[in-house]
Amino acid sequence: MVDATGPYELIALSAAAAARAIAAGEIDPTELIGAYRARAMADELNCFTWVAPERGPGSGGDIAAGSSPAPGESPLPGTPLGGVPLAVKDLFCTAGVPSQSGSRILEGYEPPYTATAVARLQGAGATLLGKTNQDEFAMGSSNENSAFGPVLNPWDRARVPGGSSGGSAAAVAAGLAPWAVGTDTGGSIRQPAAMCGIVGLKPTYGAVSRYGMIAFASSLDQAGPLTRNVTDAALMLRHMIGRDERDATSLRFPEQIELPRADRLDGVRLGVPAELSSEGIETGVLERFHSALALAQELGATINTDVMLPHAPHGLAAYYVIAPAEASSNLARFDGVRYGLRAGDGQDLVGMYTRTRHDGFGPEVKRRIMLGTYALSAGYYDAYYGRAQRVRTKIVEDFRAAFEEVDFIVSPTTPGVAFELGEKTTDPWSMYLNDALTVPMSLAGIPAISIPCGLSGSSEGKGPVGRGLPVGLQIAGPAFSENRLLDAAYALEQAIGFDSTAAHV
Amino acid sequence: MDVGRGSGRDDVVEYEPVIGLEIHVQLSTRTKMFCGCELSFGEPPNTRTCPVCLGLPGALPVANAKAIHFGLMIGMALESELAPRSIFHRKNYFYPDLPKGYQISQYDEPLCRGGRLADVRVHRVHLEEDAAKLVHVGESGRIHASDASIVDFNRGGTPLAEIVTEPDVRSAEQAGEWLRLLRVTLGRLGVSDVNMEEGSLRCDANISVRPAGSDEMGTKTELKNMNSFRFIERGIKAEVIRQEKLLARGEKVVQETLHFDPSSGRITTLRSKEEAHDYRYFPEPDLVPIAVSEEMLDTARASMPELPLARAERFEHDPSYMLDTEVAKTLAFRTDLGDFLELRRPESPDEARVRANLIINELAPRVGTDVPLADSMVTPDAVVTISGALMRKEISIGGARQAFDILVEEGGDADAIIEREGLMSAEGGDELAAVVEAAIAANEDAAQKIKAGNPKAIGPIVGYVMRETQGRADGGEVTRLVHEQLGV
Amino acid sequence: MIDRDEVLHVARLARLRLSEQEIEPMAAELSSVLDNIAKIEELNLDGVPPTSHVVEVTGRLRADEPHEPLPREVALAQAPAVSDDGFLVPSPQA
Repeated sequence: MVDATGPYELIALSAAAAARAIAAGEIDPTELIGAYRARAMADELNCFTWVAPERGPGSGGDIAAGSSPAPGESPLPGTPLGGVPLAVKDLFCTAGVPSQSGSRILEGYEPPYTATAVARLQGAGATLLGKTNQDEFAMGSSNENSAFGPVLNPWDRARVPGGSSGGSAAAVAAGLAPWAVGTDTGGSIRQPAAMCGIVGLKPTYGAVSRYGMIAFASSLDQAGPLTRNVTDAALMLRHMIGRDERDATSLRFPEQIELPRADRLDGVRLGVPAELSSEGIETGVLERFHSALALAQELGATINTDVMLPHAPHGLAAYYVIAPAEASSNLARFDGVRYGLRAGDGQDLVGMYTRTRHDGFGPEVKRRIMLGTYALSAGYYDAYYGRAQRVRTKIVEDFRAAFEEVDFIVSPTTPGVAFELGEKTTDPWSMYLNDALTVPMSLAGIPAISIPCGLSGSSEGKGPVGRGLPVGLQIAGPAFSENRLLDAAYALEQAIGFDSTAAHV
Repeated sequence: MDVGRGSGRDDVVEYEPVIGLEIHVQLSTRTKMFCGCELSFGEPPNTRTCPVCLGLPGALPVANAKAIHFGLMIGMALESELAPRSIFHRKNYFYPDLPKGYQISQYDEPLCRGGRLADVRVHRVHLEEDAAKLVHVGESGRIHASDASIVDFNRGGTPLAEIVTEPDVRSAEQAGEWLRLLRVTLGRLGVSDVNMEEGSLRCDANISVRPAGSDEMGTKTELKNMNSFRFIERGIKAEVIRQEKLLARGEKVVQETLHFDPSSGRITTLRSKEEAHDYRYFPEPDLVPIAVSEEMLDTARASMPELPLARAERFEHDPSYMLDTEVAKTLAFRTDLGDFLELRRPESPDEARVRANLIINELAPRVGTDVPLADSMVTPDAVVTISGALMRKEISIGGARQAFDILVEEGGDADAIIEREGLMSAEGGDELAAVVEAAIAANEDAAQKIKAGNPKAIGPIVGYVMRETQGRADGGEVTRLVHEQLGV
Repeated sequence: MIDRDEVLHVARLARLRLSEQEIEPMAAELSSVLDNIAKIEELNLDGVPPTSHVVEVTGRLRADEPHEPLPREVALAQAPAVSDDGFLVPSPQA
């Protein structure tokens, strides 16, 4: 806990507000960075895996990071982000700075280059504050699968922050960082954002370069912002997007990302498919969801409950074939030869491989490697991978048809609020069910945002502080609809009036 | 070819080999298949690497446009169907020379399908990346006993085209001959160095045998990585004999991957089918499909040279050439020789023939193979001059040879050299006849022996004439005059 | 649904050592997940093409132009075992 009033006021500023204040000469970026550094160093939630040193190795201008400012170093004046500190999920490669993707197999790994998304944000003036905890290789929905140990939810430390960008989400929710970059493969930005009461945006697949993101599932991975509010999400996204020659799947975004301004939703057609808003969802979550829909109607939106996503219920099964299959291949490079852990010294080659991977990977990663290897192996490809890809086609078609009828699809982000540590670790599928509402958008490659829409269970005094736990509202739109999506989210955010600094430590 | 025989049986079964070839060609792009590292030519180990070709976490591949271009040219040369859309797959297996744990290759949607080169049909052509190099070290220094290896990633990621034939090859000799044709064709395309010793052209052979006349396919084995035409022919021959002997004894051929050791001539098992890899191919999600545009096709088409096979045809049948099949092939298969001939259009098939022979037999051996003929000191005009002089019998072949000796060293104008060196043939029969007369007079013994019926005794007489004429006399004419004067 | 032998086979493909105590739980967990995944078998997907890329672009080729390679000491810096000029591994033939 930081006691001085000065730093507290600095911390209270959203990222966009801080950038404005720096530009206006009202605050000193060095003080802002110092205040956040102090908070990140005092982190009790295990959000950070590494915090940028004030000065010394790793902070100077001597790092081979190209033109990007080194971690902790004051950026060039006049940049759009003016030095606002940035928390970065561990799986982004940052030159000369530990980048382990939450895994023991990359113990001590310091890449020689910086991920494009991070380099772009640094180029826009963001200062690297630290690297954040995550589920190992982004595989998980609770941040319990990290070599660095679990992250605690600032709303209730007995609970998970969600995953896999759990450290990023908790850091932003706890006010240990103004904002953070995360990645979303099947919900890994939206789901922890929902559970921590902040905003999380998964952009259109291809909008942000994947170069330098330690891959989980290449056809699904997408970087995006975790922020206190929708405006910050728009601001960060603006400085992340764009075609990157080093990522063949990255796309030129057709327009600049604008800061949202809408205060009404007149004429906006919201689709509420039954497949994403009924079965298996906690009552408290559904209550908050329906209140949000009522607010949307007050703002002028129409609600269409006839719209259907008939294949969405199969999304989870398709996802848990495709993602592990790609992961099993993406993680083959961790073999103890060029970087990271090596075990089984004195053994033959196969012994070295199998021991390195046994010792280096955690149980969930092993499970998914096994699952993915199985799904691709001779005799099973058609039944699993081939079939899952066909389901993916149907889901893409479902969304395409739905967006003929409505502008956005809305649903709760997660079936439940943050659950207790250890609650779902025994049965993998019960954990996977957390992703049921976020996975369909990932498979379709479309943008989706989660904004807080209130607290669940406050009347039952569910959280130890008696204030309930945050519920997320998910809004999804067609590819490249980010500007409209952010506008709609902004209008709802204003109407909902959620205080995303309520869990600041 | 050995024929397998059933031992102790009366019926003799004749076997027919069925051979398919898989050729890996390193493409001579400037940079690697999926990253901008320059291809390596003997640089110190691990000095041509980057996050992509080292398989560092987070790095992504981007396909090299020039490699696709070369792939299309190969497809055109092999008359393949060029896929308007093709994709890359991942071929998953663990090996220290494979940094990502998978090789990016093409699987069921390759760049080129079908095709043919001469008498062998092509099944497919696809693009992929080469593996890195493993150098075995260890106290003993012997490969199989060494305990450690060093990986050098300079070669890793070099673009490869893999050409797979249909099983149309029926003998080791045919395999060798076809591979030579493929090699000159690829060389002519300029898509590869096609240097087998340095590994830019590598060949595997799928080999089975079956009773002659049968339509069924026998169990095949795969003979791996043979790095010279001679080894390929010997390896295939050895494997065919091995299989024939097995079948003749009533035993079965086991499907396996084999290694031919050229020094011992022995064939050993690399791995059997039971341990065969399960490559778990799936579409490479880091790359988007290759769509071959009209523009790419036009560019490839415009880059297509006349291919050796077509050129040989032309040299053989074009009315201004009408060369013998072998001569035509020699010129067409050594591009620089054919080019040199064509730099000046022959005035008649006779001239074409004389010049072709001069280029093949006189000029090429003098220049050697290190430089193309066009880069030697000798100009095409010089060859035209010499062939003209020869045809007009102004110089003898000996004179021509002396002229080439000088031209290769110094270059210059052929006429001037003939003049300066006095290489003109002894003019008219009379002058040469006089020299021959003198030669006979000076070699009475030899003359007697010839008269007695020993034509080989002519040596000293011809030698005398050559000395007198400084080699300018035509050997045939000298022999004729000797016989005439001796009345034999 | 997936037995011990299959688990060991898949682990071998994935170059993953499983200790004796890890094998049975792995088999049980994989079986349970595969049971849930099996629901997609109910769908009629005849004639439906597979989607491997949601990005509907093609080409994205790179010009054949060289970039600066990594200095060798940087390339080797993170390796667990190196010689003077390369990455050291147990010999595949050993």
